[in-house]
Amino acid sequence: MLPLLTREKNADRVLRHASGDKRFKILEVHMKKHQFRQDALIEVLHKAQELFGFLEDDLLLFIAAKLKLPPSRVFGVATFYHFFTLKPQGEHTCVVCLGTACYVKGADKIMAAIQEKYRIKAGETTPDNQLSLLTARCIGACGIAPAVTFDGHVAPKLTPEATLEKLNTLI
Amino acid sequence: MQLDDLKALVAKHIGARKKIVLRTCMSAGCMSSQADVIKRNLEAEVKAQGREAEVEVRRVGCMGFCGQGPLIGVDGLSAKEKLFEFVKPTDAPAIVASLQGAACDVQVGNPDHPFFARQMRIVRANGGIVDPERIEDYLAVGGYQALHQVLTEMQPSEVVDEITTSGLRGRGGAGFPTGLKWGTVAKSAGAKKYVVCNGDEGDPGAFMDRSVLESDPHIVLEGMAIAAYAVGADQGFLYVRAEYPLAISRLQTAIKQAKALGLLGGGIFESPFNFNIDIRIGAGAFVCGEETALMASVEGKRGTPRPRPPFPAESGLWGCPTLINNVETFANITAIINRGGAWYAGIGTEKSKGTKVFALTGKIKNNGLIEVPMGIPLRQIVEEMGGGAPAGGHIKSVQTGGPSGGCIPAAYLDTPVDYESLTKLGSIMGSGGMVVMDDATNMVEIAKFYMEFCMEESCGKCIPCRAGTAQMFHLLEKITQRRGTARDLAKLEELCDMVRHTSLCGLGQTAPNPVASTLKFFRSEYEALLQPDPFGPRPSVTTQSAEPVTL
Repeated sequence: MLPLLTREKNADRVLRHASGDKRFKILEVHMKKHQFRQDALIEVLHKAQELFGFLEDDLLLFIAAKLKLPPSRVFGVATFYHFFTLKPQGEHTCVVCLGTACYVKGADKIMAAIQEKYRIKAGETTPDNQLSLLTARCIGACGIAPAVTFDGHVAPKLTPEATLEKLNTLI
Repeated sequence: MQLDDLKALVAKHIGARKKIVLRTCMSAGCMSSQADVIKRNLEAEVKAQGREAEVEVRRVGCMGFCGQGPLIGVDGLSAKEKLFEFVKPTDAPAIVASLQGAACDVQVGNPDHPFFARQMRIVRANGGIVDPERIEDYLAVGGYQALHQVLTEMQPSEVVDEITTSGLRGRGGAGFPTGLKWGTVAKSAGAKKYVVCNGDEGDPGAFMDRSVLESDPHIVLEGMAIAAYAVGADQGFLYVRAEYPLAISRLQTAIKQAKALGLLGGGIFESPFNFNIDIRIGAGAFVCGEETALMASVEGKRGTPRPRPPFPAESGLWGCPTLINNVETFANITAIINRGGAWYAGIGTEKSKGTKVFALTGKIKNNGLIEVPMGIPLRQIVEEMGGGAPAGGHIKSVQTGGPSGGCIPAAYLDTPVDYESLTKLGSIMGSGGMVVMDDATNMVEIAKFYMEFCMEESCGKCIPCRAGTAQMFHLLEKITQRRGTARDLAKLEELCDMVRHTSLCGLGQTAPNPVASTLKFFRSEYEALLQPDPFGPRPSVTTQSAEPVTL
């Protein structure tokens, strides 16, 4: 949850971040490209996640201040959409597609195999911070089901064994 | 730019083409099997074998037969096109050598296979033929001529009439007549109007829109521009899922190229008509496929739907009249303008005109994308084009319409595929996902799978959907764990009715469909899992009248 901050403290933190980390500057340039329009919030959040990996509370406050939106609105949008994550991700990500085509072709077994070996559930990261296991609703790769995305690269027609092997070489 | 300038550009582009073209499929499916490496290797190999003068390697979009990918089509070698299947990066030398008659052991596909032969391609006419990242390729197949014709020869009302004549219905799932929608937006008063393209293809098991956007982005842009002229809009938004990064980057390229040639932006074809398109990237919310939720998302808000009326045609984005159509609907427009509404109305059935693209996936031999005329029997799609179930299986049912649709049992395979026939069976046309299930598939598990999907994707705004889908999921979980009784089944059926009739938007109203249709056709599978009721049979409850309630 968002920490309860007073107005002054809030502004203070935003300023400190904005001056220190270069990525805030890049994000601000991106917002400027959208003329700080409030309807560009989702685009801005995409960019923020791309830069920082996940959406920290401070980052959301920074965006809210710059777009002149209440933090509740920014926080509300960030939590509504599945694509945004408010928790840090592991070194590697493994996204198992659980769309219908992948599901009937055994994506559930792939999921079970990963869960068993790495002892994490969907949405969790291993304690050593190496692997985050995520699921997708459908990545539109139904013709080559079941598909799993490893660090952004889609691998086609997988089996539980092949998936574990891929993860072994990755980590 | 004038039409003559464009024609000169096209003539130059065609003149530079080489005799033999190796078309490499570079859409997302084949890309995951290293299609980019294959293309690079082919280019290097053409150089190494000294064939640069006659052979070119072209990046193309989806050819449709995704299950056999990566695919490479060869043109200019013989009268018929040649198709290589399951190509590996190491096959490049053999493929290039085979162009001079050398033996090659790469699997060759049959272009006369029913999978291709039974198709009728309007929306996907250019898929697998044009380079999606070069506007010249699209212009060479007659692209943007429909827009020119509309701007120079037709009144906006004539464009709407042409679309009405064609009988085109919305391809997003509900099947609302497109001409009627355009007419309403055109008549709505307002200084500012918007055109929105719904590319939030959220149905699991569907990838038609992705393929159209990746393979032929300009056909959608041109369709949107024609729509904007017809309804009097000057700003468009193309809403695409974040899960489709390749489609987003190709659309960005396409918009840039069209603007550079004066086919988008200010004064298109040197006429007073202006039209700009901005891309809006979704962020993974299924409910944003619903039009009012999508509009909220375009405005940068949480994607929650609102009651209709007012319909977007009267009060949409920022309260202005807004036309929202699906990707596939827009992709049909240029063909209708070029060949006439009457021609289009000649295809399909009485109430469902034209063609429909389906994503044929699941337990079936031939996976991929097909475009068929409306009214084709399901059996032809599944058995002839799809080749039936893989060895050792029998087709049990076909799921259409994703989480909003239902399962059609094998006994009804002779049903013609059109809006009304599918609705009659308790399913829907939907956006075009067609997932085939064989006898190894447990239908109760499938119903549970969809209910879990709807439960998680419910936006939470209205209670019947938020709480109803959760209750239904828990009941299904109980039944699949063999802890359910006849009482639970009755409760499940009651909830189906309640959620359907009292939910705010399409997500909730259709969420019970997968359960209802599997209960209708595969009830025995549910009953086999039930436990005896320790309290005896449930007293019968008279349900109240099932009038739809608007929130």
